[in-house]
Formats: sequence, structure tokens, C-alpha cells
Amino acid sequence: MALLEIRNVTRRFSNYTAVDNVSVSVKAGEFFTLLGPSGCGKTTLLRMIAGFDLPDSGQILLDGTDMVGTPPEKRPVHTVFQTYALFPHMTVADNIAFPLKMAGKTPQEIKARVGEALDSVRLPNFGSRFPHELSGGQKQRVAFARGLVNRPRLLLLDEPLGALDAKLREEMQIELINLQKELGITFVFVTHAQDEALALSHRIAVMNRGNVEQIDEPSRIYSFPRNRFVADFIGKISMMNAHVVEAAPSYLKLDVKDLGEVMAAGNAGVKVGDNGVMAIRPEQVRISHPSGEPHLKNHFLGKVHDFLYVGDVTTYIVELSNGTYIEALLPNSAPGRATFFEVGDQVGVSWRHDAGIFLND
Amino acid sequence: MINKGAGDARLARFLVGGPPLLFLVIFFVAPSLIMILTSFRFPGEFGGLAPVTPPGDTVAGEHGLTAEAYQFFFGDILYAEIFLKSFVVASATTLICLIMAYPLAILIARSKKRFRNLMVLLVVLPFASNFLIRIYAWMIILGPESGLSHFINAILGALGIPPVTLLFSSFAVLVGMVYVHLPFMVLPLYTNLEKHDPSLLDAAQDLGANSWQRFWRVTWPLSLPGVFSGSALVFIPVLGMFAVPEILGGTGDILIGNLIKDQFLGTRDWPFGSVLSIMLTLAVLSVAGLATWFSRFAAGQRA
Repeated sequence: MALLEIRNVTRRFSNYTAVDNVSVSVKAGEFFTLLGPSGCGKTTLLRMIAGFDLPDSGQILLDGTDMVGTPPEKRPVHTVFQTYALFPHMTVADNIAFPLKMAGKTPQEIKARVGEALDSVRLPNFGSRFPHELSGGQKQRVAFARGLVNRPRLLLLDEPLGALDAKLREEMQIELINLQKELGITFVFVTHAQDEALALSHRIAVMNRGNVEQIDEPSRIYSFPRNRFVADFIGKISMMNAHVVEAAPSYLKLDVKDLGEVMAAGNAGVKVGDNGVMAIRPEQVRISHPSGEPHLKNHFLGKVHDFLYVGDVTTYIVELSNGTYIEALLPNSAPGRATFFEVGDQVGVSWRHDAGIFLND
Repeated sequence: MINKGAGDARLARFLVGGPPLLFLVIFFVAPSLIMILTSFRFPGEFGGLAPVTPPGDTVAGEHGLTAEAYQFFFGDILYAEIFLKSFVVASATTLICLIMAYPLAILIARSKKRFRNLMVLLVVLPFASNFLIRIYAWMIILGPESGLSHFINAILGALGIPPVTLLFSSFAVLVGMVYVHLPFMVLPLYTNLEKHDPSLLDAAQDLGANSWQRFWRVTWPLSLPGVFSGSALVFIPVLGMFAVPEILGGTGDILIGNLIKDQFLGTRDWPFGSVLSIMLTLAVLSVAGLATWFSRFAAGQRA
């Protein structure tokens, strides 16, 4: 049975619907992420799970019990807030002890558990410090410790890494994964950062305008987005209008206007005559001299329109003969060299017959 | 060039800080010194002060320097009692103001932003009319023919209790004191509470705190600096206030303020009036010092 079951939950505000008939179920021990742009309803959904907001309709079941009538302080659910919300007038130890005190634990148990919690977030000697004496990453860890110390059934994390700089964020991501693995507590994580969601989660629910667009494992979300929104929101992708001329279980034959025939991965939901887009990830696209790599099925000529050097890789934007653009990623394996091609160069681009996917309009 | 810049900065600092400093020297330090000097002299025969030193000694009566006024102050328990009473009234006023102002300040701080300024305006609105007029208004409200008096005495009568007089009593003094000083408690409390991060209360609730625990463990400790400054702003003026007891109090409700005023305007014993003033100043300073120390201590828990 699912630990958390959200059934047909709808939340309307005066002029818009923040969460529209959403159903999601989270398994015990899972690291589950709600991913979407701001305003997609992910935070509203999180607040309803915590109890700060109530659904207009639908149910939120925790261990099979409907939580809707239970106030936040009575739910076995704790939250790590975006701003950390550490109590500024309490020491780190008192902050972490807070949920234990509220739960009426004995002073001996509180002391022992606070000590364990500080160890688990690698801040063993920070108990007597005040929050303002801590760095951003340390505050973050205290917030995790405070949320985890009373072993909630569910820990909600509301963009907890949003305030950290990129390097620290990566460190905290790894720590967060380890912490979750160690404690086995179920996490529901909210973020708008797709890379973070891909890196951390067991499963991701991609949300848009109050709806869940797709729930899947990170690699499936990335490789097989179900629609144009998911494809566009997660990672980079090039799209060109296409329609289906042949549909087999293992492959699709598409016609791209003014370009010709393109092979794409098979998709049971697609039939001949469908209109939509052919979508391809930049790292799947090979870029070569016009004469090279004829052995790949999809091979087209174009010229370099622009490129973006970011250190480890260079992204080339290639204009195809039909006027559409396609992005190709080339690792910078030769040291000291930023580009292999210059703007205006004639190049060939190619990709595997099953690398592209077709998305219905 | 650099030197000139530094000189400019010094000049600017002097121009900005100089006038207020001068003001304090002229209107606080100098009068305090005069007061201290006065306290060691004899009162003049017809008010004022007796001369300090005519060594030729042609002046009749007491003159020169003396500590008689201090002996007088410490020689009669009555003055200690009036001081004590003033402290009790000031403490009671402060406490009642705090209890009344806190919920109001929370209400203002947690209402929608566009209503807050209006509510603060309403709190300070009484200042728009004259202080004495507002106190006289209370004379009417508490007077024997007022609706309030009739109402209270009707209830007491029904319970078989003899009627009471509201006006000219310690009760009336307390009502007047609280009424006058309430805004001084509301404003610092509001300023403090308004800055509280609402996510702290969410966090407390999320971690299992009920509404009482949220208040007692989060809101209250965080508001202590506001509580201390509000209390100082009420306690200290009440201690020296003479108008309210004069108008609303009875014969037994004399406070230090009244006593001092009488020494200068009634009895015309300036030295003794000065002694009382010095004692009051010392008392106020020690309370203010204590309040500062407390609020530093409270702030030190965070800053």
C-alpha cells in the first residue's frame, strides 16, 4: 500500500485553479519529487500535505487515513522550509529539540536524539551555536536535522536548496541522498530545478498549471517525455514539426517538412497521419564534416548558426536546409580547443534511428 | 587631498552631532547641576533660595550650604512610601498596558498590509487632541452622574453592595495612566511583531506546536525587545506624572510628581523639591539601565 495517497485533489483560489484533480501516490521509503515551473501548483500541493491548506475536493491519505481533518501540528509530517525557518532565539540544539519537546519526549531522550541528529548532518559540535552564526549550508543541515529528528512518516522539502550557490548545492544534494538512504524516511521534494529533480529522485511528478503531466523515473522522464511540455521543461531538446507516415511497434517513419524522411523511436500511442513534433536531445545528435558518418540512419546537412562554449562541452546550433534549428552537443575532448566548427561552416548532423521521439500535438 | 577629505568628514560629523550635543548640555546637564546645587541650599524666606555665601554675614536667617533637605527626605518614611506607591502605580500601569497592548499589536501586525497604517493611525489619533482635555473627559466619564457610574452602582445595588465613587480614587488614576500611555506600549510592540517571519510560526506548527506553544515559544521570546522598550516608555513617564493624579486622584493618591510640583509651586521649598527630583532621576535611570540591560540580554540570545 502506498504511504501517501493523493486522490483527485483540487484546490481553487478566487480566480484560478492551483491544483486540478491531481492524483499521486508515494511509496514508503521513496524520494518523490514534485517538479514544475513556478505557479504549477506544486507548493500548494505540498502545503495541503502538510496541512497548511485544505483541498476543495479530494482526499489526502497517509497510511490509509484521510488527513484532511487533522491540523498540521497533529500530522506525522514535517517540512523543511525554503527559508529554513530556524528559530533565531534558540540554539541549534534547541531548534532540533523543538519537535521532540512538542512530542513530550523525556529530557534524556531529547539529548540523545539531538546528539544523533547533529552527528547525522555532520555538525557534531554546533549544538550551542545560534542560527545567525551559521553559514547557509550549515543552516540547511540544521533544518534537515530538525525535520528528521522526530522521525516523521513523511518529510516534505520545499525547494530547500534554492538559496545555496551552485557548488554547495551539489554537495548538499549528495548529502541529502545519503541522509534519505540512511534513515529510510519518505521524502516529498518540491523544486523547479529539473537537474536537481533528476539527480535526487526515485520518481518525479512533472506538474504544469495544476495538472500532473507525467509521473515516472528520472531516466524515463528525460528520455521518453510524454508530451511537449515535459520534453521542453526537462533538459534541452530540439523540435521540428512532423507527421507520421509509417507506424511500426519498433519504429516510426516521419515526414519533416522540406527536410525529408526521419526515423524515430516506436510509440504504441501513435498512428499514421498524426501531426506533431519530432524531438531530439542535443547529446544524441552527432555533428561532423559534411562527408562523414553516413552509417547513421538520420543524416542531414546544415550550417553552423551559433555555438555556446561552456567548458566541458560546446553546444552547436545548426540550421538545417528547411530553416529549422537543431542543437548538437560535442564534448571538448581536445584540451585548449573551444570549437571544432566555426559559425557558417557546412556540417552534417546525424542521429540514431531510435534517438528521436514523436510527440503528438 | 586625503587629509582634506578627512577634515571634511570631521567637520560634517561636528555639524551633525554638535547641535544636539549642545542642546543636551544646555538643557539637561546644566539644569541637573543647578538642581544638585539647589538641593544643598536653604529655602529663601519668601520662596526661592537663601544666599549661599555672604562671608560678612549681614544676612539674617539660614544661609550657606546644607544637607538638611536630604536629612528631611530620609528622615520621614512618608516619602519612601510615596516613592513606593509611585512605583506600584507605574508597575501596575505598565503591566495593564502590556496586557492590553499585546493582543492589539498582534492584531495590527497580522492584518493585511494596507490596513496596518490605518490601525496605527487610530492608535496615535488621541494625541491629536490636548492631553488635559482628554484627562478632563475622563473626569466626566468617571464622574458620579455619568452613565458608567450609574450602571456600575446599579449592578452593585442589585447585589446589595453600597455604591462606589469612581472619580478621585486610585482606580481613576490607574485608568487615566493606562489610557494616556497605552499607545507608547502598542507602537514598539507592533514595530517588533511586524518584523516577525511568519514562516517561523508555520515551522513551529509543522513541528507539532499548538497555538499556545507557538505563542509562548516563538512569538513571546522574539517580542521581548519590544516588550522592554514599550515598558520603559510607559513606566518612566508614569513615575513622574503629576497631572493625572492631580485631576483624577483623591487626596490620598499623591505621587512623586505631585510632591515635586508642590515643593516648587506650593510649599516653595526648592531645595527639598530638588532632592525629590534627584531621587526620581536616579530611580528612573536605574530602571532605564535595568531595561537596557534586560533587552541587551534578550537580544544577546540572538545577536
